Order: sequence, then structure tokens, then C-alpha cells
Amino acid sequence: MPGNQFTLDDLKTVLRQAAGTDEGVDLDGDIIDTSFDDLGYESLALLETASRIERHHGISLDEDALGEAQTPRELIDLVNTHLPAA
Amino acid sequence: MTTATWVTGLGVAAPTGLSLAEYWAATLAGRGAIGPVTRFDASSYPARLAGEITGFVAEDHLPSRLLPQTDRMTRLALATADRAFADAGVNPADLPEFDVGVITASHSGGFEFGQNELRALWSKGGQYVSAYQSFAWFYAVNSGQISIRHGLRGPSSVVVSDQAGGLDAVAQARRQIRKGTAMVISGAVDASICPWGWVAQLTGGRLSTRDDAERAYLPFDDDATGHVPGEGGALLVLEDAGHARARGARVYGEIAGYAATTDPRRDSGREPTLQAAIEGALADSGVEPADIGAVFADAAAIPELDRVEAEAIAKVFGPSAVPVTAPKTMTGRLYSGAAPLDLAAACLAMRDGVIPPTVNTRPSPAYDLDLVTGAPRAAALRHVLVIARGHGGLNSAMVVRAVDPSAAADH
Repeated sequence: MPGNQFTLDDLKTVLRQAAGTDEGVDLDGDIIDTSFDDLGYESLALLETASRIERHHGISLDEDALGEAQTPRELIDLVNTHLPAA
Repeated sequence: MTTATWVTGLGVAAPTGLSLAEYWAATLAGRGAIGPVTRFDASSYPARLAGEITGFVAEDHLPSRLLPQTDRMTRLALATADRAFADAGVNPADLPEFDVGVITASHSGGFEFGQNELRALWSKGGQYVSAYQSFAWFYAVNSGQISIRHGLRGPSSVVVSDQAGGLDAVAQARRQIRKGTAMVISGAVDASICPWGWVAQLTGGRLSTRDDAERAYLPFDDDATGHVPGEGGALLVLEDAGHARARGARVYGEIAGYAATTDPRRDSGREPTLQAAIEGALADSGVEPADIGAVFADAAAIPELDRVEAEAIAKVFGPSAVPVTAPKTMTGRLYSGAAPLDLAAACLAMRDGVIPPTVNTRPSPAYDLDLVTGAPRAAALRHVLVIARGHGGLNSAMVVRAVDPSAAADH
């Protein structure tokens, strides 16, 4: 089983696989509160990212809540509310 | 006066070369690229040869952001568009965004991408299907991705009419330039050498099932038995003549004339209409048959279709009265990509005064055609005709005209 906490590193791995990295964007920089828009990810990229997270963790993310997650921190928090506590 | 549409940039993606120089050198040398399929294991399929593009590494050309969302044909098209703009000496980002459009043709969309997602759907479940399947398979996706990459917001569309589409798209681009758009990148790049694309083609019944690469695709030969599929195509930077002149662009030629016809039902007893398409393209160009220096044939390599094409050419030009060639015998048929590649070859043929050869074919005496075989033939070319036909009786013909350097210079 995957670990019980979804981390920024986990998210970066999924983002790279699901949607790649925009030119001029450094995912290894301080991105936790940078908007997905500024990171070059549009709604479809986030849909694909969320779909991979759901598959991997066997969870189902609420579509409306997903749409409201504008930054890595907000998406990570959303995912963690769906994971069983450590 | 209607503005002229000039070809000012060429980008090719051919099994025989990814750069213009490499492609043209191979084409003049008669160096074909048809061989056993390597993109998947075709050994158990009835057709096993293809004209594949080797040595294209998408990662070398495209940002990682584009890789998860693009089919092979789109990756090739994006790299080809980059080369076409570079060849034209244009950075589209420097032009007003509504001045440049993109109009491509597509034969079947992103088949390999679609195949992979369908496999995921049926073997693992819907949650494994990429969100990018929503557009990555789509016919219009090459136009869309080229538009996004270069910020082109002029008239943009896709034409779907099988092999004829390669000319139909360029004709549509010319219409938009006549209506006031300064520049349109147009043509087609197709690539669907994957099991799904393969069985779709097999169903059409037009694929050669031979294993000898030199005897598999033989248009206008008594031994013709279907075609070998290839992948690739070309994109042309088309430009309003005044715009091209003002920026001192190098000019390959003018898109001088075009016509398209649709055949009557085969059981109607009426004649096919390719001849009318050729005559229409000549009339649209304002030239006589004697002005045409060479014909790039559709070259179906289906005896009935070869006969129709040979008869149409002989009726318009007279028996064996015009040199005819089919360099696509080196690449296989590229579907919508074929005619744009022929247009590129026609431009280079006019530039260099040479008609590239048809390879492998031994011309049948049954046809009154002067087929250029064996070696390139020197010829001063002012006008070249390109023919492309699509499934279902679609016939398109286009005339490319040489442009004198003095006309291209800014006055």
C-alpha cells in the first residue's frame, strides 16, 4: 500500500507523468502555494493528474472540491482528507 | 485583382528524410524507405511493409508538457511546422496573432493514441483512460496544437477527405489568404502505423500484401496489387504575395489553381470525374495543358484506379504527352500527407529543373503515360500538376506555378 500521507513529492511525480513540465517551470522550486495556472497546468492536466491519484490510492475525489484546488497545497490537503490517518 | 498565394516555407516529414535537403536528395536518388513494419509486430497480418519514419525522437523537439497529450502524428506535425516556419524565415510570434492561420488535413486522426486508450479502457477500466484522449485522437488536433504552440489565431480548420484532403486543405488556405489573411501554414502529417490503423486499412482492401519491398507498391505496372502505407507528410507556409514581397521572402512557387470533383456512384454507369478536376485546376490557373511540365500522380496502384488516372491524364494532355511521376513509390502512400509532400517536391522540382523518378514500377504498355522512371529527368518547369484522390470518389488537382525572382522582389 502507498504511504498514508500524500506529499508534495508524490504530487510532483504524478504531475510529471500525467502532464509533463512546462518550459520555464521548475517543479523543484518553491511551488507549494503557486497556482496551477502559473505552473502551466490547465483543467485537463489536473483532471488527468487527479485521475492518476485516485487510481493509485483507490480513492474518489469530489469533482467540485477538485475544481476549487488551485495550488499544490490545496490539492495535497484535499487528497489527504481522503486517505486513512496514519 | 485577386492576390496570389505563394509558398514561402517548406517542412517535410518523410520516411526518406526529415529535413528538406535529406528528403530531396533521397527523392532524386530514387532511394526508397519501404521496409518491414517495425512499429509493431505485423508478422501475423496480411500486409507487412510500410514506409516508416525512423530516427524521430519527439523528446528532442517538444517540451515534456506536450508528450502525454500528443499522438505520433501530432508530434511529427509540430516538429514539421517548426521546420516550415524556420524555412520561411518567419517567427510567427513576431506577426500579429490574427494574421496567421493553420489549416491541415487529416486522414484518421491520432490512431495510435486512441488505440492505447481503448486498450486501457477494455483491459483495465475507464479510470485508466487518459483525459487527453478527449482531443488527442481528434482530426483537428494537429491544427489545434500548431495553433497553440505558435499563437496562431487566424483562420484555422481541418479538412477530412482522405488522400485528396492534402490538396483540399491547401485550397482552403488559399481561400483564406484571398480573403485577407497574410499567412497560413497548411498541409498534412498523418501517421497511423499501429495495429488499429492497420486493420482499418486492411478492411479497405487496398493494401499490398507482398513482402518484397521493391515489388510491393507498383502504380501503373501490370503487376500493381495495392499500396504500401507510409507515415509523414509536409506543411507549407503559404503567404499573400504582397506580404511575402514586403518582407523579402524567398518564394518556392505559387498555388496557381485548384479544382475538386466527386465521382458518381460506381453503379451509376456514369464516368469518373478526375479529368474534370484536372481541367478545372488548369482553368483556374489560366494555363493550357501544354504549359504543364510535369504531373505528380495519385498513383493508387489498384489496376482500375490506375487506369482511370492514366486515361484522365492522357485525355487532358494527349497520349504520353506530359512527364508523369510518383515519388511516393519511395515513401508509401501517406494519406492526407501525400499531396502536401508532392507539392513540396513540385516546388523543389521547379527550383532545380528536374523531375524526380518513380521507383520500382515497370510502366504497363496498357497506359499512354510518359512515366519518369529509373533516374530523375531534367526539365525546365513553369507549372506542375499534383493529383490526389480519396476513398469514395474524391478527386483533387492543384497547379503550382514558378515565380520569377524579379516578381518576388519588392518593387
